[in-house]
Amino acid sequence: MSEIRFTDQHEWVRVEGETATIGITDYAQEQLGDVVYVELPEVGKPVTAGDEAAVVESVKAASEVYAPVSGEIIEVNSDLEGAPGSVNEDAMGRGWFVKMKLSDASELAKLMDEDAYRAFVDGLA
Amino acid sequence: MRYLPLTDSDRRAMLGVIGANSIDDLFRDVPEHARRDGFVDLPKRQGELEVERALTRMASKNVSAGSVPFFVGAGAYRHHVPATVDHLIQRSEFLTSYTPYQPEITQGTLQYLFEFQTQVAMLTGMDVANASMYDGSTACGEAVLMAHRVTKRKKAVLSGTLHPQYRAVVENLSEFANYTVEAMAPAIPGTTEDIIARICNDTSCVVVQSPSFYGDLIDLRAVAEAAHAKGALLIAVVTEVVSLGLVTSPGEMGADIVVGEGQSIGNGLNFGGPYVGLFATKSKYVRQMPGRLCGETVDATGARGFVLTLSTREQHIRREKATSNICTNSGLCSLAFTVHLSLLGEEGFTRLARINHANAVKLADGLAGVKGVEVLGDSFFNEFTIRLPRNAASVIDELVDKDVIGGVPVSRLIPDDPSLENLLIVASTEINTDADRAAFVAALTEVL
Amino acid sequence: MSGMNNQGRPSSPHEASSGEAIVTYTGNRGLRLEEPLIFELDNSGACGVDLDEPETFTLRLGKLARKGRIGLPGISEPDVMRHYVRLSRKNYSIDAGLYPLGSCTMKHNPRLNEKMARVAGFGDVHPLQPQKTVQGALELIEMLAHWLKVLTGLPAVAMSPKAGAHGELCGMMAIRAALEARGEGAMRTRVLVPESAHGTNPATAALLGYKVDAIPATEDGRVDLAAFKAKLGPDVAAIMLTNPNTCGLFERDIIEIADAVHEVGAYFYCDGANFNAIVGRVRPGDLGVDAMHINLHKTFSTPHGGGGPGAGPVVLSEALAPFAPLPYVVHDAEGFQLVETTTQAKADGTTPFGRMVSFHGQMGMFVRAMAYMMSHGSDGLRQVAEDAVLNANYILASLKNDLSAPFEGPCMHEALFDDSFLKGTSVETLDFAKAMIDEGYHPMTMYFPLVVHGALLIEPTETESKKTLDQFIGTLRHLAKAAKGNDKGLFTGAPHFAPRHRLDETLAARSPVLRWQPPVPAQAAE
Repeated sequence: MSEIRFTDQHEWVRVEGETATIGITDYAQEQLGDVVYVELPEVGKPVTAGDEAAVVESVKAASEVYAPVSGEIIEVNSDLEGAPGSVNEDAMGRGWFVKMKLSDASELAKLMDEDAYRAFVDGLA
Repeated sequence: MRYLPLTDSDRRAMLGVIGANSIDDLFRDVPEHARRDGFVDLPKRQGELEVERALTRMASKNVSAGSVPFFVGAGAYRHHVPATVDHLIQRSEFLTSYTPYQPEITQGTLQYLFEFQTQVAMLTGMDVANASMYDGSTACGEAVLMAHRVTKRKKAVLSGTLHPQYRAVVENLSEFANYTVEAMAPAIPGTTEDIIARICNDTSCVVVQSPSFYGDLIDLRAVAEAAHAKGALLIAVVTEVVSLGLVTSPGEMGADIVVGEGQSIGNGLNFGGPYVGLFATKSKYVRQMPGRLCGETVDATGARGFVLTLSTREQHIRREKATSNICTNSGLCSLAFTVHLSLLGEEGFTRLARINHANAVKLADGLAGVKGVEVLGDSFFNEFTIRLPRNAASVIDELVDKDVIGGVPVSRLIPDDPSLENLLIVASTEINTDADRAAFVAALTEVL
Repeated sequence: MSGMNNQGRPSSPHEASSGEAIVTYTGNRGLRLEEPLIFELDNSGACGVDLDEPETFTLRLGKLARKGRIGLPGISEPDVMRHYVRLSRKNYSIDAGLYPLGSCTMKHNPRLNEKMARVAGFGDVHPLQPQKTVQGALELIEMLAHWLKVLTGLPAVAMSPKAGAHGELCGMMAIRAALEARGEGAMRTRVLVPESAHGTNPATAALLGYKVDAIPATEDGRVDLAAFKAKLGPDVAAIMLTNPNTCGLFERDIIEIADAVHEVGAYFYCDGANFNAIVGRVRPGDLGVDAMHINLHKTFSTPHGGGGPGAGPVVLSEALAPFAPLPYVVHDAEGFQLVETTTQAKADGTTPFGRMVSFHGQMGMFVRAMAYMMSHGSDGLRQVAEDAVLNANYILASLKNDLSAPFEGPCMHEALFDDSFLKGTSVETLDFAKAMIDEGYHPMTMYFPLVVHGALLIEPTETESKKTLDQFIGTLRHLAKAAKGNDKGLFTGAPHFAPRHRLDETLAARSPVLRWQPPVPAQAAE
């Protein structure tokens, strides 16, 4: 059973067992505009929650993407190199950035669930 | 005042609309202590005639390169720039236009930048080039920083072939940005083996200038291989871009980044600036490259057009995470380069290079015939070093009194080294005639 | 009737059609001319210069003679001329119209400047000629340095930086050198920069290894003094302030800010991009500034040239003067001399932090700026600031009810608006700007500073007449009204009349094509 959580920096994390998949939310990609490039970390890199995990660039903006949880990068979405537009088209699915091996599942509890995130975004408008 | 269109009547009307009594009202946020009622202590306004007179008088105290036999190089070279170039760069639409941030109305600028980038990539034998840097020395400094970013290492090796002022620029930048520099002794002539011996596993890049500061042509191939074997980058520096019309390109020899000074094409000497820095690299490093980049695209109707691109590397977007703090490029100087090179074309540019080399060969032979003069180095492009029997700086001064400007004493840029005091760097471009060469040889013979 | 030439022709327009539907053979539309890349005009065998092949001689290139073609196109002089003239005609320029770009100071570029820069004694001298042959050049550099010092009230100036950002680097390097000389280099790790600062400021600080600490603004668009003081500490190296700031406002508390900075032993770097607002009226030295770069291509009219070259000399306080970089000019009984090496500096008793660039600086821009400054004089320059500020306020007062101004006036030399006035319409700042292009204007600075939403920053400069401003104001009123009235036609797909419609910047960034490539020859049939 996978659960999805959100940060107030508009990252999402979907957990299946020990593996966490991370991306940016639909709201984030809309704010950014057409994504032109994603700078991904190296596989094997250890990451603490709050560290910079990736950088996503549009034409006129660049935004750091922070790791919502701690762990180790086990896979990066290399499809994004040839098709960065996937982040715009399917931010919650094909536009994923990295997969991590979780080191501390309890960190998830600090993050927002789907309803809480929706309320958060509504409050921003 | 001729540049100020507002009349007193305009000013009064405008103050009325604003609702202010006087212009002083608009400066009311200036602290009392800093307000000044009078004019600062400088001359008052002058008409064109007076300004021309004063500045022309000042200029007449200088000996222009075109007025005497002239053989000065060492990083800036006197070439003939066709009249078309200066005319085109003075067109309103080029001279007085701004950075092409609104591409729909600046396709003129963007298209020539795209042409410039292509020309630089072709000349250097590299994949991509940027839309220019301030000059060769700062381009060199930026290249070293880029190599650190790419290799994630912190140590640069500067070979003794490098222009001493370029070396100083790199050392200064590295010190402040907290990187290490290992600078080798002057390469007169030095060997590539010496350079290769300095490349270690923690070396980020090795910087080699060819033609060297002393004029020597360096085969970069072995250096490139050695650098790559240790995971380091080769940065090739070219201060005389006309050499690329005759000499194997650094790209062909395996350079990872090529930087250079483009002044020789399209731009006059101008006492040191403005010049135009060239920066070229491999496709895989393009996102680490500093400076402006122009790219091809289409507009809403499908017509081909050009835009500044990959801007997220730059300071106005990335701010403290930018690849560099650089904002301007050399705009008009890169246009001058593009126009001149377009006039030259393949045939003209390669012929120009051959003429330069031929003149240098003739000069070298002529100087070698002067008693006490030794021409150092056996391969060069349009510049070489000679050893005189006494202090080169004094000899140069004495040559001035004979109306010859014969070159640059190495001691001007590297003082405090007695072993270099008698060395003179001599350049010869297409502007030198047989009469110039004869005058130089005769004057030098007299003086020595 | 008799004689020749007795056949008339129509001489007034009959029914005019817009012609928009017509497709031309060339793709040109009257004087709007299409132009390919220079490489696509290659006619090998043609050449735009006449050079004689040298007599046969033995090459002395070692084994490094270039083989193979470089790939440059061959074109005659008339065709080169025509190519670049046609390109030029696609460009907007200050000579052709108002350029209301905030913080860019797009003023008239006098041609006297160009004439003086091209005098052989300035343009045709080499930086490394024997110094006795270039005394006039060194004199000019000294003269410009003197004018900059008097105008700013600071005792020293570093002339060599090649552009504003380069000048920022110079000023911050001098500051760091001064702190290190005091033994405080390691402990001072932070630089304070307002949120509204131009991107070069934090980029410069970060390059030098400083941690950038952002200072928020107050509701009236100025530095939040309390927040700023709270951030001060003995670990602060410097503050980097722009004054007037990027919202076009004078920092009223600037002296208090400078005093507070000095009290903790830090330095005050001022970004001089907006000097046009105060030149001849206010001296940064009187405001407590320690280092300030001056953009000669802004305040002092050297041409923007499509993006450069610029020049960024840096004025320095007494405390920072000894650290000014090499080279600098000295003047004694024997004449003018360059101090170019550390050895010479030592003899001169200074401790330059190093060298920023080869040779001596942007002499070509020095001559242009000097011609400009001499033409204006101290009285003219003061008038420049006054007219610049007057023009901007005239725009602010005229448009604050049509657009939306986030801050109460008066402003200095530039007027800031935000996109509140577009709220509820389908028009964004970008669309508004593109519609201005159709009206024949270059848009103002957009989306900067970042401290307001959808910023529109307008700097007219002093070289615009009231008549020009009135037409500009009228245009913006018209566009604002159209936007609020939801007249989308003007905005959707604008610009309609420029040489190109909106360009696909996403495509350019996703698939970068950064040079022309020769077409690949077609594969031979298998």
